[in-house]
Parts: sequence; structure tokens; C-alpha cells
Amino acid sequence: MNRMRPSVEIVMESDAIAVERTLAGDREAFRILVERHSRKVYQLAYRMTGNSHDAEEVVQEAFLRAYQKLAQFAARANFGTWVYRIAANYAIDRMRQKKTEDAQRENPGRDLEDGTERDLMSAVPDAAPSPERLAQSGQLAVEMRRALSALTPAERTAFVMRHWGGSGIEEIAEALKSSSSAAKNTVFRSVQKLRKALEPYVDRRLQARAMETEL
Amino acid sequence: MKHPKEEELIAYHHGEASEDGTIRAHVADCPECRGELERIDALLAALSALPVPDPGEDYGARVWQRIAPMLPEKRGHWWNLLSTGAVPAHWFSPQRWAAVGAIAALVLAAFVAGRFSSRRLQPSPVADAGNVRERVLIMAVGEHLGRSEMVLVELANAEPQSPRQKRVNISGEQRRAEDLLQENRLYRQTALDQGDTALAGVLDELERVLLDVAHSPQQLTPAQLDGMRQRIEARGILFKVRVVGKELQRREQSTPTPAQTDSVKSERNKA
Repeated sequence: MNRMRPSVEIVMESDAIAVERTLAGDREAFRILVERHSRKVYQLAYRMTGNSHDAEEVVQEAFLRAYQKLAQFAARANFGTWVYRIAANYAIDRMRQKKTEDAQRENPGRDLEDGTERDLMSAVPDAAPSPERLAQSGQLAVEMRRALSALTPAERTAFVMRHWGGSGIEEIAEALKSSSSAAKNTVFRSVQKLRKALEPYVDRRLQARAMETEL
Repeated sequence: MKHPKEEELIAYHHGEASEDGTIRAHVADCPECRGELERIDALLAALSALPVPDPGEDYGARVWQRIAPMLPEKRGHWWNLLSTGAVPAHWFSPQRWAAVGAIAALVLAAFVAGRFSSRRLQPSPVADAGNVRERVLIMAVGEHLGRSEMVLVELANAEPQSPRQKRVNISGEQRRAEDLLQENRLYRQTALDQGDTALAGVLDELERVLLDVAHSPQQLTPAQLDGMRQRIEARGILFKVRVVGKELQRREQSTPTPAQTDSVKSERNKA
């Protein structure tokens, strides 16, 4: 006898039933969607915003928007992917808004009306930690978070969606409201910046591993 | 081939390089590019391991609590209110009794309407007591079966939240199974009273499955969960629920005459 196994198809079918019922006026059915997808959306939101407070707001807003736009979803196949994209869109808007506010607070005389995003790599503190400290558990994680927060909102969104979310270029382009080639470039630029900021630490680990292998 | 650019190696890592085969062959022969690719792989692997705080197993429930008051009502069918609009958390809560009372009131209203309409010379089909009673039951049971189906599908999907966790938490499904259990008893009894033995039979089987879920531990080992899935599958309850649900939908869409209703009932009972 075949055992009943969880599958993407079953999840999607169950999601489709819940969407249909929500549209028919059954609000409790939407609860199932919220309970099922919240944690995954939270992971995306946390990686994009870098803190729990903002991540929780993104999750909440994503589901509110999904509920409001649910009729537009009817023809789509995957609720999880859809709400994920809504969260990414909201997170990027929020990050941009916050960066503009922060920049204006720090430099009241300077505006960003040209629409370009300030390269925050220069803002990363360059006090390099000692190798001893780096060797301590968690130090690399601190450096990675710092490097991620130095990316522009578009780069961070592109990187998170591509690397952690497994989203395709078209999906990323849609979230960034850009062309596919621009989205591809943004993914590349994000990896390039992360390499520049983190490779000294990762290289050190690779070298240590190589030495262990030789020994 | 000349050395691929950094951009091409990153695209290759993501499986998006336009010349995938050429780069693979080049990397195999070129120690310099192989080293470069290893560094990209190592960096991205390190980033993959970057932890995200776990918001907790009840995170979804907390999100729901926060957003539920902000959700506007969607204009659905009125009968959703019967079984879903005010679904309570527990059978003994006042809302539960209110919902049950609402169903009973509607059935009673349908009965009274039927009594009065039967005195007319040419009774309208809508006012026919049998039809209205059956229609109310069909709609409410249809909703009930739909929600039961969702619980069963979710159980089929339940798995540990992370590979490190050895148990699966099914408390959410259990809570809903307990609610459904009480409704199920009411509908099964009504179906029996109406002489709809086929529907009553399916509801009886559903009741056993819901009991099984409601009385299980909240935290299940994978073996216990598999056992539960097998019991559900052995009964074929998901399939039966879907078939009956579809049939109820069909019946709901075409309001039958009393004669047609009897004929449908007797055919299904024979089957």
C-alpha cells in the first residue's frame, strides 16, 4: 500500500481549497494559509530586513495585502510563492524608505532625489577583527550580517530571493520592478560585494581546512 | 576557452550560466578558475548557514491573532455563516452554542415555512419545507466536509519544523478536529433522521478519524504520524469526503423537487 506522503501538489491543492473558501466568505480558511506560510515568509523577511521587529511587520503586512488582493490570486497556482513575492515587494519598499529616512537624518542637507541608492559599503566599519576573535564561534555570522546590511535594498532583495528563496530571475525582476538583465546584474553585484567584504574570512577558513586535510 | 569572468562563475554556481558545459570543462582543467569557483561556493555555503531566529511553532497563530481583527469581511454566501463565520475555539464556548442554535433556528424556520406553504394551492418550490430543510443541511454539511478535508490534507503534510526536531506538533489540527467532531455528530444525526444513510455512513467514518486525531498526543513521533496516516488512508476517508462533497455541491446547485430528492437519496443509499 502506498503511504500518504506530503507533496507540493497536496499543499497546493489544500491552499487552493482554502483560497476558494476565503473568497466565498469563510475567513477561518485564511487562517490556515496564515498558519501554514508565516514561518517561511518570516525567514525571508528577517533575511531582508535583518531584524525581528521589521520582519514581523513585513509578515503581517504581506498577509493583509494577500487577503485584500486574494481575488487576483484565483488564477494562480501557488499561494506560497505569491505571498512570498508580496512580502519581498513590501520589504524592499520598507528598506528603501528606512534608508532614505536614515540618510536624511544623518545628512539633513543632502537629498537622494536622483533616485540612486547610496553604496553603504563605505559605511561598514573597517576595524578588522583579530584572527583570534574571528576563530570564535559566531564571529563570521556577525561579519556576514554586517556585509548583508551594507547591500542596497535591491541587492539584498535580489540576493535573498535568489540564494535563500530559490526564486528565478524573472520573479526577482518582478519584485524589483526591473528588467531580467538588470535583475541578473543586481544578483551578480550583490555576490560581488559580499565576496569583497567576506572573502578574507572565508579564505582563512578554506586555508585552515586545507591545512587540516594535509595534516 | 579563455577564463570565465566572475559574473559567469557566479551564474554557473546558480546553474544559470549560458555556456554551462563549456565552463564545467574549463573549470575541470584550470586550477585557477577551480579555486575561484571553490571560493564562491564556500562563501555562499557560509551564507546559507547564517541562522535565522526561530519565531516559534505558534508563530502562525500569533500572526493570525494580530491580523484577524483587521481583515474586512469578504462577501460570501450566507450559509458560510452557519459553519464558518463564527467558528469557536471549543465546543463549550458560547459561540459554539450560538452557531448550533443558528443552524437549529434555520432548520426550524424551514420547517415552519414548509408547513405554511403546504396549505397554499400552488406552493412555490422554494417554500417547500423538505427542500429548504435539505438545502440547509446540504450547504452546512458541504462546508463541514470541506473543512474536514483541509484538516486531513494538513495531517498528510505534517512534518517536523526542522530536521533536528524529532516530533511533529499537530496541536493545531487537533484543535480543529475537536471542533469538527462536535459538528459532525450533529450532522450525522440529522442525516440519519432524514433517512440519508449514505451520508450518515460517511459522516460516521469521518467521526472515527476525527476522534483518532483528537485523542492522539499533541507531539507525535514520525512513526506515530505514519500510523495515523495509514489509518486515514486505509479508510479511504479523504476520497469519500471529496466524492460526497462534490455530490453535495451538485445537489446544492440544482434545488431538486421533493420527488427528485427522494430519488437521489434512494439511489445513493442503494449505492
